Amino acid sequence: SSDDIMSTKFILKMAAVQGGMVDEKEEVDIKTEPQSDGLMNTNATDGRQLSPSPSSSSSAGSSKSAAGAPEDQQTLLAVLQFLRKNKLTESVEILRREAGLPEDALDTKGADCSAPSSGGTAGGVDGLDAGSLLSRVAVSSSAGTPAPTKVADDQPDVSVVLSAYSQQGDPALYKVYYSDLKKFIESVLDCHRAELSQVFYPLFVHMYLELVYNNHESEAKAFFEKFSGDQECYYEDDLRVLSSLTKKEHMRGNETLLDFRTSKFVLRISRDSYQLLKRHLQERQNNQIWNIIQEHLYIDIFDGMPRSKSQIDAMSGSLAGEAKREANKAKVYYGLLKEPEIEVPLDDEDEEAENEEGKPKKKKPKKDSMGSKSKKQDPNAPLQNRIPLPELKDSDKLDKIMYMKESTKRIRLGRENLPSICFYTFLNAYQGLTAVDFTDDSSLIAGGFADSTVRVWSVTPKKLRKVKSAADLNLIDKESDDVLERIMDEKTASESKILYGHSGPVYGISFSPDRNYLLSCSEDGTVRLWSLLTFTCLVGYKGHNYPVWDTQFSPYGYYFVSGGHDRVARLWATDHYQPLRIFAGHLADVTCTRFHPNSNYVVTGSSDRTIRLWDVLTGNCVRIFTGHKGPIHTLAFSPNGKFLASGATDGRVLLWDIGHGLMVSELKGHTDTVYALRFSRDGELLASGSMDNTVRLWDAAKAFDDLETDDFTAATGHIHLQDNSQELLLGTYMSKSTPVVHLHFTRRNLLLAAGSYAA
Amino acid sequence: MAEREERRFAQVSRESVALMAESAGVELGEEMAAVLAEDVCYRLREAAQSCSQFMKHAKRKKLTVEDFNRALRWSNVEAVCGYGAQDALPFRSGKEGELFFVEDREINLIELALATNIPKGCAETMVRVNVAYLDGKGGVELQGAVPTAVQSLSDDLLKYYQQITRAILGDDPHLMKVKSVSHDLEQLNRLLHMVRSLVQNPYLYLGSYVRSLVSSVMYCILEPLAASINPLNDHWTLRDYAALLLSNIFWTHGDLVSGLYHQILLSLQKVLSDPVRPLCSHYGAVVGLHALGWKAVEKVLFPHLPAYWANLQAVLDDYSVSNAQVKADGHKVYGAILVAVERLLKMKALSLSHPGEWCFNAQTGSLAAAGGYSSPGLSPPPQSLSEAAFGIASHLQAGSGGCPWEEWAPVSLPAMYLELYSFFGDSLAVRFSTGPGLDSPPYCPSALLREPKKEALGQGSNSDTARKMPQLTANLSISPRRDGSPRTDPPPPSLAAAGPGRSLPRSSSAQRSRYSSSRSAQRLTGLPRDVFPKARFASPQNGPPTFSFVIGGRQMGQRCQGRRPFQTVFAPTPPPAAVPPRAYAHKLPVIGRVGKPVRRWTCSHYSLLLPL
Repeated sequence: SSDDIMSTKFILKMAAVQGGMVDEKEEVDIKTEPQSDGLMNTNATDGRQLSPSPSSSSSAGSSKSAAGAPEDQQTLLAVLQFLRKNKLTESVEILRREAGLPEDALDTKGADCSAPSSGGTAGGVDGLDAGSLLSRVAVSSSAGTPAPTKVADDQPDVSVVLSAYSQQGDPALYKVYYSDLKKFIESVLDCHRAELSQVFYPLFVHMYLELVYNNHESEAKAFFEKFSGDQECYYEDDLRVLSSLTKKEHMRGNETLLDFRTSKFVLRISRDSYQLLKRHLQERQNNQIWNIIQEHLYIDIFDGMPRSKSQIDAMSGSLAGEAKREANKAKVYYGLLKEPEIEVPLDDEDEEAENEEGKPKKKKPKKDSMGSKSKKQDPNAPLQNRIPLPELKDSDKLDKIMYMKESTKRIRLGRENLPSICFYTFLNAYQGLTAVDFTDDSSLIAGGFADSTVRVWSVTPKKLRKVKSAADLNLIDKESDDVLERIMDEKTASESKILYGHSGPVYGISFSPDRNYLLSCSEDGTVRLWSLLTFTCLVGYKGHNYPVWDTQFSPYGYYFVSGGHDRVARLWATDHYQPLRIFAGHLADVTCTRFHPNSNYVVTGSSDRTIRLWDVLTGNCVRIFTGHKGPIHTLAFSPNGKFLASGATDGRVLLWDIGHGLMVSELKGHTDTVYALRFSRDGELLASGSMDNTVRLWDAAKAFDDLETDDFTAATGHIHLQDNSQELLLGTYMSKSTPVVHLHFTRRNLLLAAGSYAA
Repeated sequence: MAEREERRFAQVSRESVALMAESAGVELGEEMAAVLAEDVCYRLREAAQSCSQFMKHAKRKKLTVEDFNRALRWSNVEAVCGYGAQDALPFRSGKEGELFFVEDREINLIELALATNIPKGCAETMVRVNVAYLDGKGGVELQGAVPTAVQSLSDDLLKYYQQITRAILGDDPHLMKVKSVSHDLEQLNRLLHMVRSLVQNPYLYLGSYVRSLVSSVMYCILEPLAASINPLNDHWTLRDYAALLLSNIFWTHGDLVSGLYHQILLSLQKVLSDPVRPLCSHYGAVVGLHALGWKAVEKVLFPHLPAYWANLQAVLDDYSVSNAQVKADGHKVYGAILVAVERLLKMKALSLSHPGEWCFNAQTGSLAAAGGYSSPGLSPPPQSLSEAAFGIASHLQAGSGGCPWEEWAPVSLPAMYLELYSFFGDSLAVRFSTGPGLDSPPYCPSALLREPKKEALGQGSNSDTARKMPQLTANLSISPRRDGSPRTDPPPPSLAAAGPGRSLPRSSSAQRSRYSSSRSAQRLTGLPRDVFPKARFASPQNGPPTFSFVIGGRQMGQRCQGRRPFQTVFAPTPPPAAVPPRAYAHKLPVIGRVGKPVRRWTCSHYSLLLPL
């Protein structure tokens, strides 16, 4: 009954916090919006696209010249054009040399100079120019009429998004524009080239999509053929999607594409490089490209040295470019919460040894109290009550005591002292093993299967038993000491139990810290909470209307997080049927979700190749990590909460410093998707398990020690990664043709791996 | 550009779309079909893209039908039913062409529904734990460690090697040895296909690696694989394919390794002459010889036949239940020998039909030049293959002294025929005479042929024959098809008229003489030829029916006749006394009559149709 009171109190508290938080969140949203707009405006020197009135955009040519290039040059070009039209090639040559214009000025600028020249020589423009003139008219008309009236279809929001593409120039000139820019970037100084090359990919994609949107199918194809080979290899997957798309009709349902349109591709470019690019584009009157940069790209300008190619490559690869610098500026309380003081029986070593096989423990209060490791508050830790946490029950305290006792026997791992590995092989798992979880004390193992079942096994000799039926429970003596033992029905004892309820493959499972509950999420769009006392389903949480890819309990229980195909992660409390928070921001499926050890943060990995850290209290995204080149499939926090490890389909494991928001290290070695990551209990080692049937051990301590974070790096976010994967790799362990699905360190630092034998 | 596009994605042609529409009762315009086809392609790609995420989250490497259906369902499209079977769909390749298809087995639904033996549930899913590595130690073996043999390769080739090993073996290094996969026919099959593509790669200089390739192919042909124990495994096809491959290697790379042909013949001979080897190995040897061309058959198989025949007969004669499996294997070998021998005879006859080229009594083993030999009308192109290989080999033989074939002398065709006929009798004749390419009147050195025939006739009419006959008829009386024969009595005159036109005039003439001597037996024994489908198409006037039944009486004499030249040449072959001549005779009808194996022969005949 005391528990009940506690929990109601707790709920009230939670609700109060919730109410406050929502307001706060909205406020933040409003704040950030103008901020970015203002930044855009400072970048936008050419205001043509920002001006909404038809008149200003119809006189596109003049506004352009006012913005950048000198008027006389425009005239000159017009004259040249006229001369060439009348086959006065010699004069063209002489005039060109006199004016000091480059050889190809006429060709590339043809479209741009047509506007002024069309006034003087009305019919004197050649076919090319006429075409561009027509297209300009089209531009002005489409810019003049608001977008919604232009497109009438069943998906208004999508068409609004796409209609931005209706502004266009001559499709034939796209190639010219692009190769002109390419030529320019190839000719700049080496130090700028790497930075400016980042522009290629987003430009390429947007130009291609513009062509497709405007039904220039063959031009689009030609454009793709010509320049797709130039793009970085890690965009291969996206390019494949792109290349399959050649019709305007197909654009509407395509999610990848919508991502590209709705979010601005973020580039980090040094001020010098940016100026160079801007000057070039304005000089050349390359408005097509300039518009795209203005509209669809977000250029994060920083002062200082341009970055090198390797620096850029380390951070790029995500669907929408790098993270903005200010996205990672918020303070993150990554420290651990103070452990509650629990009286620990220090004597009775013998009895302890007897009891450790998971037998029920009688509580023996002792007077010797041993406080938690450090009494004083970690400056980086959040306030103890920053988010309301459930109070410890007696059984939780017992477990804590167990944990401490176990940890005194923990093997200290390190470079010289590698762990033993036990492999749990799922045999006869024809139905397909999709997810595995161990309890923290390694007494239970659960597997999620593609046939919608969840199976729980007891790893210890202790069998799994159900609680007696209600009628039988009435008969037992509630005052007896071993009442917890008496409520169990011996007849139901078995080594494993099967939980039926889902109607699709189970993609994620998680034990509650107190081992009383199990969560599972499935393709059927639900998350289910199972009782491990009755082995029945307690709740089905419906909210994700699409497959749910992952779920995890908070380390303190009560809360859990889930993420799925609907691109959002949700925070739930077990006693609420609706989510408490919705973390939205990812541009593609949320593939994995993890709780921070202090339960104040949630991290999500996505197939947009970014990792986001969310504040549970405010619901804000406080960190965006980019650098993976493939969908992220696993995440792990270091036990001290300072670092994060992530593994992706590209077989690489990346280490992140949460406090500074920086990449720490890149661990290369796996040849296939990394599906499991786990730090050893003391954080010295990182174990990674992969589809390539290996477990690899990495020297995490060394990776973190080598990290020297000076203020400059922290401020700019520029990292210098040395390629030391081989140094950090401590061992590669083959399984017997069994992909490693899950890894777990026992409390004594024995490494457990699990997977199903793939014949 | 369009071609590139097509290479990147699977395309659905507008014709298919139009066809689909037609089957649904809609008439589509050309333009409409084109637009639809393009859209269908795009939708397919989209679905393929989205289904891959279900695979990734299920932590699998294989995309299943289920994944695809899920993707369809989530995009509000009806799922495709009927492809959800769990068992792997084996990709088969067409025998010769580069055609691959998914085997589509027919399932008898009624049988399945009414089946009383409901399959027991598969074993319980369970978790087992083992300590894989103690203190981080244990078999720390890095993946991708390459055997020393390949370490000397250049980088490019090493990459190629890794690609190949991965393609064949998957990523499991424990399967790196060929021997370890002998339980898995799939693996071996894949291996062979890989060898084939290696051999066919015109940009790869295999050099001395041909030898190792050949050895692995030989392994597949000859070894008593673990998989052979289970009669359900179709290792015969594997052996056939390997044999085909072997000849292929010769055709393309025979010049790279000196003495290879010779070596292979030796090893095949060794296997064949080793009675301890299981029958499937023998089968492999025979098929291998057959694939290497008729010359190889003539040189190795033919001289060994008498000795081998005894063993085979012993197997075939054993009716015990425990022997059933071995016996079935024996029939397989029998079929293989039959096919090989037939080819030998045909080719021999064919070569004889060229007056200037082949001399019957050429004692030197001289080979005709390949150019002179080839006659566009008669010799099929692949023939030159075996011929070329043979030419090389003979050249090599000359270099390597002391090999048993040094003193090999070609046996004359009639002698050979008679010899073979003594073993196979009826069945040989039937198949032989109906074969293609023999209708052209061959050159017949009648003087030479008549001689032995006369002799044979003289010997054939001795009392031995008469004594043997009752046994033969007795055997045949068990035959279930005895009374169904439509053609028992072809008139002798027509036969005689047909005789000279046949490719084997000598036998028909001999036949005629035999005919009269054993006329009484004819009514009963004219049957067995029916079991061979081809015999049915032969006109009654033709030779085959006429000499198809007299075996019992005649062959012994002929056997001895044919044997004589042999013995002088081959010392190692056991003397004829060791194998009582009559043994052959009384075994024969048994083979011809047994119901089931007969079908197998015909099967083996087709499976052995090699493009040589």
